This record gives sequence, structure tokens and C-alpha cells, in this order.
Amino acid sequence: MAVTIGADGAQHWRRLTPDEQRWRWFGWLALVAVAVLCWRIMTADTIWAFVENAPQQAVDIFGRMLPPRWSYAGQLWKPLWDTLNIATLGTLIAIVIATPLGFLAARNTTPSVAFVRPLALFIIVGSRSINALIWGLLLVAVLGPGVLAGIIAIALRSIGFIGKLLYEAIEEIDDTQVEAIRATGAGPGQVISYGIWPQILPAFATIAVFRWDINIRESTVLGLVGAGGIGLALESSLNTLAWPQVSLILLMILSTVVVSEWITAKVRRAII
Amino acid sequence: MDAIARSPAPVWHRPQLIENRWLRITVAAAVLGYLWLALSSVDVDWTRVVEGMARAARLFAGFLQPDFTSRWSDIQQGLIESLTMTVCATVFGVILALPIGLGAARNLAPVWLYGVCRAVIALARSFQEIIVAILFVAMFGFGTFAGFLTLSLSTIGFLSKLIADDIEEIDPAQVEAIRATGGGFWQVIDYAVASQVTPRVVGLTAYQVDINFRESSVIGIVGAGGIGATLNTALDRYEFDSAAAILLIIIAIVLLCEYASGWIRRKVA
Repeated sequence: MAVTIGADGAQHWRRLTPDEQRWRWFGWLALVAVAVLCWRIMTADTIWAFVENAPQQAVDIFGRMLPPRWSYAGQLWKPLWDTLNIATLGTLIAIVIATPLGFLAARNTTPSVAFVRPLALFIIVGSRSINALIWGLLLVAVLGPGVLAGIIAIALRSIGFIGKLLYEAIEEIDDTQVEAIRATGAGPGQVISYGIWPQILPAFATIAVFRWDINIRESTVLGLVGAGGIGLALESSLNTLAWPQVSLILLMILSTVVVSEWITAKVRRAII
Repeated sequence: MDAIARSPAPVWHRPQLIENRWLRITVAAAVLGYLWLALSSVDVDWTRVVEGMARAARLFAGFLQPDFTSRWSDIQQGLIESLTMTVCATVFGVILALPIGLGAARNLAPVWLYGVCRAVIALARSFQEIIVAILFVAMFGFGTFAGFLTLSLSTIGFLSKLIADDIEEIDPAQVEAIRATGGGFWQVIDYAVASQVTPRVVGLTAYQVDINFRESSVIGIVGAGGIGATLNTALDRYEFDSAAAILLIIIAIVLLCEYASGWIRRKVA
């Protein structure tokens, strides 16, 4: 905030000092310049005829999608069940691995701040920074296409997410309760079981359910890289340009996601 | 006295998660039943898995000796695509997300506009980026433009919702105060609303850059440009050392984005 005194002696209020104003102007200019530059590089190879044609293409595609081929639904129950299993089993495996990892990564429960904690954090960060689809690509190359690759891809991706949120929850616990349990002569296992675990249980349950919901979404597309589930049906329908089947699959994915969101909301309300 | 002394010491038990015994058993049985069904429907081709172990070893070796050089021009091309896509989509997405977010705030917008904007947000959020990318590739052809549109749409979906929720939570006293001085609609937005939500918007935008880069590394798999396409090609050819190099670059940039966005969020919060 700056007040300047004008030639007539009156005070003028401004939000920013002239210096601040100059810097802001410069910042905006730099941002615009970067954006324009990026735009030019990005669109260098764009074929504008396709873009101009897009509304027509969109009308065409949606025209072909309608009506959805309802009779195809019979073939989708099995892939949908696979998708559900990929998400659920993947989440379970991730929980089993991420829980000890969270305790190793939290500053107040790790056995060694200098060595174990950085290692656990490294695993968490590495798992988080690779998308489930990329994990899927890798695992399909290694294990071959199928549900197993999908489950492990989801698990590997979720470990980092669950581990990170869990160790943050552990670091935020109330120390006096831990202290109290320890004062009764409890060993480390009992401290965790009676002093720490009850405190993080609500957070833990919310994190797990939240991740399951995300995993349902992610597992619907894993089939695009060959890792099983309804995405496989989507891929083959796309490849054969069977648009009425594509629209049915998209509807199915959408309703699965809506149902999983509803379940998540219910469970979360029950926990908190 | 005597009776009390002789009664066994009370033993404390931790309360059960579910009080009702039968409900507890039913839930446990249902969970076990599901697990059995789910696990039995996973059929694993063990010969293929054994075959894959050699590939896993090569992949692991690739991480120890990543090959940045032999595919460098492809990697560079993919990186430039991913980064420019991220910047353009974030800028474009934010420009669109701001008015939509304003329109979707119940305390500022008339009911019809609120409905329209919330519908736009719901639509933008309902499908996974990958699926949106497939549709955009079908409409706009292969390449970065489809990816740019995909990321812009997801930016709108994410940012507008959070901006709208933030605006709904602002302190109404400041709005009242600006209105009382005779401020018009835009002055209310500028002095009462923007000054309250700007730090959050800046923080969310920084976070969105982070998200958009992550997404830009996968939508290439379905043909929407970016480093994902390069990675896909490398894996298709079983060039694990090049794939490892690409993955390491992705991880490095994601970490950089994460730290940068975390730093910005701490600065403005």
C-alpha cells in the first residue's frame, strides 16, 4: 500500500508502490512471453485443417456413438469385474506395503532418521512420481498382458500415495498418549498398537477409501496399455472403430465411477 | 470386603470395531468370500511371467545404466512437447477457470449462471484425462494440440471447482464493506473477492502445473503428444535402457515441479 502526495497536496491511495507495480508488470510480461513462445513451439506441427475440421468430426463421432450398442453389455461384465478386482486388490497390496513404510518414514517412529527414513521417503517419492499407466506399460512388458500387471501397477502407484499421507498423519499425532502408554512399561509393539494406531485409524481408513476411489478410475483405463479390465474392451472397440460399443463402455465407466464415489462418500461419513 | 478382595481383577479389553458379534462375522465372511472370488479370477500365465523375469532384469539393468544418447533427439522432442503443452494448457485453463469459478460461486452468481457453471465443471471432471485424450485425438488428429486441449479441460475441471469453493468461503464482511462504499460489481470482485482468494489461486495454479506435467507424460500413450509417446515407443521395442532414461527424466522433472509448486504455495499461503 502506498500513499503519494500529489501536486495539489491531496493524498492519493494506491494499492501498490510504484516499484511493486513495475515488478508486477514485468512479471506479467515475462509470463505472457513464455506462454506465447510455448504456444508457437507447441503448435508448430499442428495441422490446422484438422483443427478447423474438428467440430464436424465431433458431430460425426457422436453421431456414430448413438445409440450405444446395448447388446454388447453382456460381454462387459467380466472385464468390469476384473477392473473392480484390479482396483481393490491393488489397493489392498498397497496398504500392506505402505503401512510399515509409513511408520519407517515418519520422523517420530522411524528407527533411524539418518538412514531408514530417507530410504523410505525415496521409495514413496519414486512410487508417486510414476503414473499408474506407465507402471502398467512397464509391467505388461515384463509380466505380459493381463490382470496381474494391472493389480501390481495399481499397487505400485498407490504405495507412495498411501505412504505419504500415512506418515504425515503419524507425524501429527498427540505425543502425550504415546508417552502415557510408554510410562506403563509397554514395549514398542504395544506403543504402536495402543498409543499410535488408534490415533491414526480414522486418517488411515479415509486414505485407504480415498485411494480405492482413485484406483477405480485409474483401473478403467489400464487396459489401454494391456493391463486388463474394461480398458481392454475400450481399446479393441476403438481399434475396430466400433463407436456404439465405445459409447456403451464410456457409460459403463462413468456409472462405475459414480457408484464408487457414492460408496466412498458413505464410508467416509461412517468413519468420521 | 471379602467378596471384593476375592473377585478376579477386572481385565480391560480393547473395544471391537463392530460391536455386534454376528454383524462382525458376516462382514469378515463377506470380505473373505470376495477375496477368494477375486483372487481366483486372476489367471496368471506363469510361463510368461518366468519369461518376463529376464526382461525385468534388463529393465533393472537399464535403470543402473540409462541410455540418454541413442534416442536423445526423440527424448528431446517429447520433452519439449510435454513442457510446452503443460505451460499452454495451464495458462489457457486458468484463464477459462477464473470466470467459470466466479460463476460457480453461489454467493456471487445468479442461480442460472451457478447451474450452468457447475454443470460445466461436472462435465469437465467426469472423465479421466486418458479417455478425454482419446476422444480429442479422434477429433483433432494425433499430436500436441489434442493433448493441450485435454490438459486444458482437466485444468478447468480442477481449478474452477476449487476456486468456486474458495470464493464461497470468503469473509462476506469485506464484500459488504466495498459495496457500502458504492463499489460496483467489478470493484467488489477486485477489492473484496480477488484480494481474499488470490493467494489460494496462485498456490493452486502452481499445483496444477505439477499435475499437468504428470498427465502430459501419459497422454502420449494414446497419441496426444509428449514424452509418453516416446516412452511407449521405447518399451514397444524393448529398449529398456532408453525407457529407463526417459523414466528418470520424468521423475526428475516431476520432483522439480513438486518442489517448485510446494515452495510457491508456502510463499503465498
